[in-house]
Amino acid sequence: MHLSLDLLLSLFGHFLVLSLLAVGGAITVAPDMHRVLVGNLGVLTDAQFNASIAIAQAAPGPNILFVAVMGYQAAGLAGAAATLAGIMLPSTTLALMVARWGHARRDWRAVQAFKAGMAPIVIALMFSTGWILTAETPGWRHILLTIAAAVLVSRTRIHLLLLIGAGGLVGALGWV
Amino acid sequence: MAFTLLALQGFGGVLAIAQRVLVEQRRWLSQEEFLEVLAVGQVLPGPNICNVSLMVGDRFFGWRGAFAALAGMMAVPLVIVLILTVLYTQYAMNPAVAGALKGMGAVSAGLIVGTGIKLAGALRSSPMGVPISIAFGIACFIAVALLRWPLVWVLFVLGAIACTWAYRRLAARIASGAEQ
Repeated sequence: MHLSLDLLLSLFGHFLVLSLLAVGGAITVAPDMHRVLVGNLGVLTDAQFNASIAIAQAAPGPNILFVAVMGYQAAGLAGAAATLAGIMLPSTTLALMVARWGHARRDWRAVQAFKAGMAPIVIALMFSTGWILTAETPGWRHILLTIAAAVLVSRTRIHLLLLIGAGGLVGALGWV
Repeated sequence: MAFTLLALQGFGGVLAIAQRVLVEQRRWLSQEEFLEVLAVGQVLPGPNICNVSLMVGDRFFGWRGAFAALAGMMAVPLVIVLILTVLYTQYAMNPAVAGALKGMGAVSAGLIVGTGIKLAGALRSSPMGVPISIAFGIACFIAVALLRWPLVWVLFVLGAIACTWAYRRLAARIASGAEQ
């Protein structure tokens, strides 16, 4: 692998900019990552790009790690460090500042209104994510699995890893 | 440390497990507080769950707590993901592996929806009232899930309307409180 500082810097710089655009999660700027990594820089193939997202979805931990997988496939461990640092640095700084500002002024009506107004929208986004994740996949049996998991999570205290494991088992047996 | 355990259990998204651990097990946050933190994490750029861990860590332990929470959230999963990347290239063609991924994906979608159902209970205390809250929720679902409008615009437009509405309701509540 031919590592160049130029490549690392351009990865870092690009993800630095994307960080502040990624409202609603880094997955929303994935199309732009595709444009740069597969198109402009040519460091990833299409298949590698898609696999990066699939792997991070399947693995434990925040899905943002797909960014590190892309960096890794493009330029090894240093690439993973460059993309991950780039995507995290601006957004974390901003999040900390806003959180402190908002918490110090939590009695302000505007701050309360923001929280009350956003609450149903955030909940709806969770339903939307569930919908998009299942409706994208052809077939119907996995939808039953999704509904069963949703009911079990909201009505019982069953361990979530148990549910995931069961889903993996059912899938490995070829039932979904 | 709590965030490491939390992240490790979060296949396909950590949101469901974060709600269970932070609200139901450790009781650091109420259902309403979790929803607030999530709302802020959602409108800010960056991965929402990382924003949530930063903010919760910061609120309880200052900026050191914030970075401990974030590092806990990211470190071990990062190693696992990179190992999986290496393995993946060898087993991608195996039908059992592909099937297991599909099954786990379906369950993790269910986990997110189930968590949404639980959090919806917190809307009962909304100053906008339950019916209006549900109406905003349905509008958002239609726009994002069915029409596939860009998330940024839905968040800003619908969010602005909802927040303005909530602001006016709060104003009305304060005015009626002052008369009594």
